[in-house]
Amino acid sequence: MQRELLRRLASIIPTLFCVSILIFGLQQLLPGDPAVMLAGEDRDPSVIAYLHQKLHLDQPVAVRYLYWIAGVAHGDLGESVRTQEPVLQLILQKLPVTIELAFLAMAIAIAIGIPAGVLAALSKDGPWDLFANALALWGLSTPNFWLGIMMILLFSVHLGWLPASGYVSPLEDLRANLAAMIMPAFVLGNAIAAVLMRHTRSAMLQVLNADYVRTARAKGLPPWTVIVHHALRNALTPVITLGALEFGTLLSGSVLTEQVFSIPGFGKLVVDAVFNRDYAVIQGVVLFTASAYVLLNLLADIAYLLLNPRLRS
Amino acid sequence: MPIRRISQILVVLFISLFSSIASAQTLRIGLAEDPDVLDPTLARTFVGRIVFASLCDKLFDIDEHLNIIGQLATSWQWAPDNKSLTIKLRKGVLFQDGEKFDAAAVKFNIERHKTMPGSNRRGELAPVTSVDVMDPYTVRINLSEPFAPLLAALADRAGMMVSPKAALKEGDKFGNHPVCSGPFKFSERVAQDRIVLDRFPDYWNKAAIHFDKIIFMPIPDAAVRLANLRAGQLDLIERVAASDLPTIASDARFKIARTTEIGYQGITINVGKSAQAKSNPLGRDPRVREAFELSLDRQGIVQVAMDGEAQVGNQWVSPNNPFYAKNVPIPQRNVEKAKALLKAAGDEHPMFTLLTPTTSDAQKIAQVVQAMAKDAGFDVKILAAEFATSLNMADTGQFDAYVLAWSGRADPDGNLYSFDVCKQPLNYAGYCNPEVDALINESRATRDPTQRQKVFNAVAQHVLSDRPIIYLFHRHWLWAYSSKLSGFRTFPDGLIRVQGMSLH
Amino acid sequence: MTSVDTLESSFPVAAPVGQPWYRRILRQKLAFIGLLVVILFLTVALFAPWIAALDPNATHWDAIRHAPDRMYWFGADELGRDVYARVIWGARASLLAGITSVSIALLFGVPIGMAAGLVGGWVDLLIARITDAFLACPFLILAIALAAFLGPSLTNAMIAIGISATPIFVRLTRAQVLQVKVEDYIEAARSVGNSPWRIAWRHVLPNIVAPLLVQSSLAIASAVIAEASLSFLGLGQQPPAPSWGSMLNTAKDYLDQAPWMAIFPGMSIFFLVLAFNLVGDGLRDLFDPRSRS
Repeated sequence: MQRELLRRLASIIPTLFCVSILIFGLQQLLPGDPAVMLAGEDRDPSVIAYLHQKLHLDQPVAVRYLYWIAGVAHGDLGESVRTQEPVLQLILQKLPVTIELAFLAMAIAIAIGIPAGVLAALSKDGPWDLFANALALWGLSTPNFWLGIMMILLFSVHLGWLPASGYVSPLEDLRANLAAMIMPAFVLGNAIAAVLMRHTRSAMLQVLNADYVRTARAKGLPPWTVIVHHALRNALTPVITLGALEFGTLLSGSVLTEQVFSIPGFGKLVVDAVFNRDYAVIQGVVLFTASAYVLLNLLADIAYLLLNPRLRS
Repeated sequence: MPIRRISQILVVLFISLFSSIASAQTLRIGLAEDPDVLDPTLARTFVGRIVFASLCDKLFDIDEHLNIIGQLATSWQWAPDNKSLTIKLRKGVLFQDGEKFDAAAVKFNIERHKTMPGSNRRGELAPVTSVDVMDPYTVRINLSEPFAPLLAALADRAGMMVSPKAALKEGDKFGNHPVCSGPFKFSERVAQDRIVLDRFPDYWNKAAIHFDKIIFMPIPDAAVRLANLRAGQLDLIERVAASDLPTIASDARFKIARTTEIGYQGITINVGKSAQAKSNPLGRDPRVREAFELSLDRQGIVQVAMDGEAQVGNQWVSPNNPFYAKNVPIPQRNVEKAKALLKAAGDEHPMFTLLTPTTSDAQKIAQVVQAMAKDAGFDVKILAAEFATSLNMADTGQFDAYVLAWSGRADPDGNLYSFDVCKQPLNYAGYCNPEVDALINESRATRDPTQRQKVFNAVAQHVLSDRPIIYLFHRHWLWAYSSKLSGFRTFPDGLIRVQGMSLH
Repeated sequence: MTSVDTLESSFPVAAPVGQPWYRRILRQKLAFIGLLVVILFLTVALFAPWIAALDPNATHWDAIRHAPDRMYWFGADELGRDVYARVIWGARASLLAGITSVSIALLFGVPIGMAAGLVGGWVDLLIARITDAFLACPFLILAIALAAFLGPSLTNAMIAIGISATPIFVRLTRAQVLQVKVEDYIEAARSVGNSPWRIAWRHVLPNIVAPLLVQSSLAIASAVIAEASLSFLGLGQQPPAPSWGSMLNTAKDYLDQAPWMAIFPGMSIFFLVLAFNLVGDGLRDLFDPRSRS
């Protein structure tokens, strides 16, 4: 197992290197001169010339890449040309927001998905099973931006229960923060709940028919103990690693949800940067997110290896 | 002290405590975009100016009727040869860091606007050669030639005054912590989330300020912006979608305000920007351009694409602008004449691409134009491009016609010079007519409104028959706000001026 | 785009669970219904000119945002166009987007994955690292950047989604190939002297088709949503050409006044995606040995 872990760790560097090339290359593909867009309404030629010089736009691609990578090695991810804020500062400002959103979405996904999966497995082919499956399918089939808009219309405008958008820091006002985050978290979480539900169901089904469960039942243990202590715990193993992976996807997949609900997180930051041709921001955020995703993958692999006794030897 | 006296004092303290709590007013404004850098010298967006209106005072300002009034300037005098402007400054004005505002500060600021790398104000102050400090509260701006639009330029970002001490200290990072002399000082900014300004207690006009805090929240989606207003999280929103007006009007909790913008929406035609102008049926032959214009029903476009919330126009200024050229009125739709013109031009079914940014307004306009022009025989192909890409394509002349709007400037010159003079940065049409150049330069040189009007009339005569740009309409600025907000004034430049506004 | 559905194949196989016959029929029934819905949409898309009475691009200035009635079955949109006709024609765009992008992903992903699995060594390592890099970048961001690069249009959206979905098929194919590679019949084929190409084409490929088919169905579902998402952001199919995603993009400005503009395209997306998910589920049940008694 040591070797396996070391091998996984070693693969991170080349992967991240590829990510950096990929994302840098993608910027260069974006059509047009970024200086023209960043120069604002008036398109003053002297400003465009200044931006060309500042962004090293007259240099060949390879040189620009080296400038950037050298900066990254020093912890300097450049600065947003639009607002002149350092990219690292932007990331640190928005990281807590996106993480909170991801956490809440995961919490909702787990709260809905796992019990639904357990119920579905227990009442296999019965009404709960069908209901849970329908719920899962619904979660996977609805475009999240449409769901978001529908929810705003219902809960904010017509019922007035929840705020329509915006973000309040939990340190400032926890209640307002949760009120603002619950809809986007639900929108993000329900698709993941669907996936979790299905995997919990199939994992539970496998486990419920395993020998040790039959033994536990035969021993006369109360059904609830059997379910929770024996079946669920073992069924959760693959689900946990799955959850960790989905977490990584969440970090990056919240683009549209943040757009609809005006949550100032990574997704919105990157989309706006693409439309504004704010290269430094795109590169910095994607590199950061990709690194986080790769690390989470690694942690998930480690967790899976650790939790699964069969693979330990 | 007698009990009576003590209780009186207690009552007074009690009341003042209450009133200070009661006057802890926060104004929450919903913006349609996230502003860019908050440095008046470097700033490049319209929406940034809304924040500046509360953050940075300027030498001059405009009133609701586009007249120039003094803000940090109390009086001004042009020299007889019109090549210098002497300005008397307001006394007792402080910057938000406590520094004094004086003539030296004005000199510093104008030089900063002109010389700082990346400055966006250079073009606006091009004719300014030097600034002289006459005395601590009098300054003289010297020009290389007479320049009538100077006051209007100084009523915008080029006239905004930042604290020299702060600017020197922060250098080009000044935009992260701007220090000006406006009614509110910078408190905090979270990109794409909020900009928070706190009341500046030593503001020279503090009697007109009735808020303690302003929070600007950029919410690009108009529906979400409105939802926030209706849910009570915002007090005022800008750029309301015209289709939402009936919903707001039926709700007694909110009011609507509107005024016509100083900008315009038009279609720019590639008449000479690149080689494509020669293969462009619109670019080749002015009769085809005229036919195109005659195939359009401007009122229809306004009705369908803007829900009626715009004023039709055919010039770079709106029909109620004092400088509108009355000698060239808005043409009516005339499909028969259009067809006849096309026949005379020998091309009865011209085909061209209409470059359209992927904003919802532009797309609606393009689709309506396509349908209308079809009646006259035009085959219009809509080429959608992301805004940044479309600008680039326009810059390099890779278009036949381009649906483009301009936010507008207080002086008509701001809507004319950069677009119609040869080789100017915003002249995407590639239009170059030396006669028109001469006329436009003349309009800048003379300050007499009657004389200027004559010149603008002559410009209109040429430009509107050459048609490098077909002007369609002037949008209505639309605001919606809580009925608890009073004192809101509408300005044609679309900015929100908080002096006189209050919440109860 | 979630790759997690492929993880099921890596779960340890427990004792086979015999599913009661009524369960299998029900599952197949749902999948069958899904298949019917897909065929329905395909038919609608193919025969759009005959099914839609009104021209989807014809504007009627007097019917702007008209509520549904006898003439405009689904109501009219912001330029007075018939929503019903646009939904019908929009099926073409959505189906095209879904099927074409997944085809692109298969076309590139499967050969690359097979190469990685069969050749092994540094080729495998290189491909694995590049695939990881692609998968580490947020799918939508990748698609947005590609669509912005190529220009907003349906074709470019399909290409962008296809390229973004390729890594998933690379990974899936590679995993399947690795499993199949060690099977006896491959060993046998090799010992008989078959060339690697023949082995790949005749022996490996047929045995990995099943999970690819499942993933394809699910991927089409994701691709339809991805196209709607790109259109929502202004990339993807441009007006006046109808596509459900771009219809939703305009409809969001009129939710209060004309909700039918959002309801019908939204429901269409939902049903089509649901149908493909059901078919994918059905296929998975069909091929999964654990569900056989």
